[in-house]
Amino acid sequence: MPANRFNSFTTYGVGIGLRIPHYDHILSRKPTCDWFEIISENFMVDGGRPLQILDQILENYRVVQHGVSMYLGSAEKLNREHLRRLKTLVRRTKTPWVSDHLCWGSVDGRYTHDLLPMPYTLEAARVTAQKIREVRDFLEVPVVVENVSSYAEYHVSEMPEWEFLNEVVERADCGILLDVNNIYVSSQNHRFDPAVYVNSVPAHRVAQIHIAGHSRYRKYILDTHDHPVIDPVWKLYDRVIQRTGHTATLLEWDDRIPSFDEVHSEALKANKYLASASLAAAV
Amino acid sequence: MKLLALQRRVARAVMTPLSPSYRSRRLTLDGKPMSALARQIIKPNERLTSFERLEIYNRQYWFRVLDAFSDDFPGLRAVLGDRRFDALAKHYLSDCPSRSFTMRDLGSRLESWLPKHPKYASDRLQLALDMVRLEWAEIEVFDSASEPPVKAADLRGADPARLRLRLQPYIRLLDLRNPVDDLLLAVKHGVSTDVVSNAIEERQKRKKVSAVARLKPAAVYLAIHRLENTVYFRRLEREEFAILDALHQGRSLERAIFSGFRSSTIPADDRAAQAAAWFRNWSSLGWFVRA
Repeated sequence: MPANRFNSFTTYGVGIGLRIPHYDHILSRKPTCDWFEIISENFMVDGGRPLQILDQILENYRVVQHGVSMYLGSAEKLNREHLRRLKTLVRRTKTPWVSDHLCWGSVDGRYTHDLLPMPYTLEAARVTAQKIREVRDFLEVPVVVENVSSYAEYHVSEMPEWEFLNEVVERADCGILLDVNNIYVSSQNHRFDPAVYVNSVPAHRVAQIHIAGHSRYRKYILDTHDHPVIDPVWKLYDRVIQRTGHTATLLEWDDRIPSFDEVHSEALKANKYLASASLAAAV
Repeated sequence: MKLLALQRRVARAVMTPLSPSYRSRRLTLDGKPMSALARQIIKPNERLTSFERLEIYNRQYWFRVLDAFSDDFPGLRAVLGDRRFDALAKHYLSDCPSRSFTMRDLGSRLESWLPKHPKYASDRLQLALDMVRLEWAEIEVFDSASEPPVKAADLRGADPARLRLRLQPYIRLLDLRNPVDDLLLAVKHGVSTDVVSNAIEERQKRKKVSAVARLKPAAVYLAIHRLENTVYFRRLEREEFAILDALHQGRSLERAIFSGFRSSTIPADDRAAQAAAWFRNWSSLGWFVRA
């Protein structure tokens, strides 16, 4: 949806992830870019260069926060220190929404720093939804959850991933950051039809979309964010946009990062699909 | 299986150290077959066994934390050499897995862990410890808070016997027994960015080894601080260090200066001028904040 309560009724276009190799270019040339996504944890610090850079970026650009270690699906309680720092950052960036992953990664206070797949059970959905509500209440901004790519499935799962996603977001009444590349990667690793996944997502809850590249190995695909977006992912993206309408879209490129212009022009390919969706909505 | 129980079992497997060839071990830490554990938890598919699917996460975990740790301690790697450093990294991260939402804190317990495992440093334990302290201080100084500095006008008329000053939160004071600051700068400036030529990397590696071999123990007093958000190492006189350290401990200005010059070789007549010069310098760097 162009603007909905899960993205604070904003109408963001195409953005890219803010990454260190591009800092100099962005700060010196001030290139046009609709918005940047930052990794929240990189800026949840007390001072120094990270916050100096962020403040300079905020003078000229809109920024949205994306987290990687809230671990909304972990059985343990939320980390209050993490939340406190996150809220401080939310106030600084004025991000219209905060995203993190529908995954787990810590247990008994130990962090794996990975996005581990959830068991798709009702118990896990209940626990996760409750934590999402707690985070939203604390941060006082919409919280949206992102589907992760995965390489393993648990015996205990009671439903497919897309049903689990729906179960969580309905219980939490939250938005979705739909990662189209992650759907594709998981569909290849687990042999399901990605169109079924895309068509099952509640379109009215999609606040943002991620696109990215990946690496194909002999027996599986890894979500490496180090290549351009492949055609099958663009096709899925097209289908998502047909369902959701014009939606804030972000290209992730995290390894072997090319120039700013190269990353940005790859991201701007999304405009072709967004334009046709806008046209369809107009007629 | 309940969520918490499942996550404990998976996390334990994912964080199990890899084999020397960086593959998943055949046995868990309890001595049970890893493949049996994987089969109990994870579904196989037509291309990968349960063990192989678990192994993807096991390897990703270790590659991620080892890379981050290695990035944070290039100086320690230069001191220990690649083989010992890699062995230390695996052992340390097994004993002290991350307890923070950020990988920045991975090395926070290394200074206390290393003396209990001196075999990794062999006869260079003190040198290794000095380097760990310096590299961890650098990490902390990089993104610590800064506060508005005290201005000279704020102190006019203050009673030195009662005046207390704090150091900026981004300053760390280190008394070291080896000049590891020089070594770390050499290591960082010598690190090759040339990915084409192995020959250049080899030459630089030899340079680093000889730099470590040439290093002679010497007492070094350091302030690790920031200027315009760049981290610097500033060498201090022993007395200078002692005064700053006393202020950091909460002593009054008068007591800090008194203790700083205790057993000093600086002639008594020169001390007032010397202390005034140091204070001018520290103030110009904005090092003091209100206690």
